[in-house]
Amino acid sequence: MMDTEPRLVEVRQNVLKQNDLLARELRGRFHEAGVYVVSLVSSPGTGKTALLEKMLTLLRPQHAVAALVGDLATENDAARLARSGAPVRQIVTGTVCHLDATMVHNALDGWNLSELEMLFIENVGNLVCPSSYDLGEDLRLVLLSVTEGEDKPLKYPTIFNTADVAVITKMDLAAAVEFDAQSARDNIQRVRPGMRVFEVSAKTGAGMDELMRVLAGRVSASKSESESELKSKFQSEKVMAG
Amino acid sequence: MHELSIAVSMVEMAAEEAARRGGAQVHAVYLKLGPLSGVVRESLLFSYMVACEGTPLEGSQLVIEDVPVSVYCPACEAETAPVSLQQLCCSVCQTPTPQVLRGKELEVTALEIQ
Repeated sequence: MMDTEPRLVEVRQNVLKQNDLLARELRGRFHEAGVYVVSLVSSPGTGKTALLEKMLTLLRPQHAVAALVGDLATENDAARLARSGAPVRQIVTGTVCHLDATMVHNALDGWNLSELEMLFIENVGNLVCPSSYDLGEDLRLVLLSVTEGEDKPLKYPTIFNTADVAVITKMDLAAAVEFDAQSARDNIQRVRPGMRVFEVSAKTGAGMDELMRVLAGRVSASKSESESELKSKFQSEKVMAG
Repeated sequence: MHELSIAVSMVEMAAEEAARRGGAQVHAVYLKLGPLSGVVRESLLFSYMVACEGTPLEGSQLVIEDVPVSVYCPACEAETAPVSLQQLCCSVCQTPTPQVLRGKELEVTALEIQ
């Protein structure tokens, strides 16, 4: 039966609820398997793949690392990253301009997460759309290259706001393009006060040690956190059983 | 660029809700939208019309309520408006703060049905 008068009914539903729920589920799965997940976002051409290749190569001797890499059309990035020796999977998004939790979920099919310590997720090059989608990551790195201009954070405040750490890439070109690092850092602080900023060159390796040290620190901190969680869970189960 | 897929999910959600209410006609969808949602208002309005075509929501209206950004200011110990998105600091005392309290909304709040 239809009502005769139009009426308002309250709904209250987050439009991205499905994505958020799946991202939460993924985060739980990663946590349980002891995998620390880092995603990378930037505009196209900032050097996400170059930085990731460098990170995988540097981390691989000591850590079990793997990567998922999103791209609109090609599998070139996965081929490049595979040179590091780490397991890599490409997510070809077709015309979709960002990764979402479903794509990450599907790409993990058949992977034994408990064998991994760290998983990197390289998003599609885009500073707008990825900001809306939680991928279940622990840490989101936003990259900015010296060739893009110091005011990029002011132009795309939302993506900087959703990220945890900023990485300025291609520092080997800084002098050639007269990049003002202080001004870039100031702009990052304006849109995201307190954000940690790294300056690196994947090509020369400058600044990579510090970034790697901090990442490794985060991995072990999250590991001991989940271990103590497990321990307290075990103890409370023991108490309950006893 | 991702507004179309967001509009499609909204239309699906509203159509399901209307079906649950005995196939009611949806006249309008009310949405709360924050500037930090990563969704562009104009693009969403356009996408909404496209997404409605050929669905029970065709001809319905998307009513957007813009939610201003607010932050928690540790100095004022209060929710305040930031100077701007380009300057996330308290507009009262200028203390920088990364704690966003509102402005990320992308939430359907109500449907007008008949």
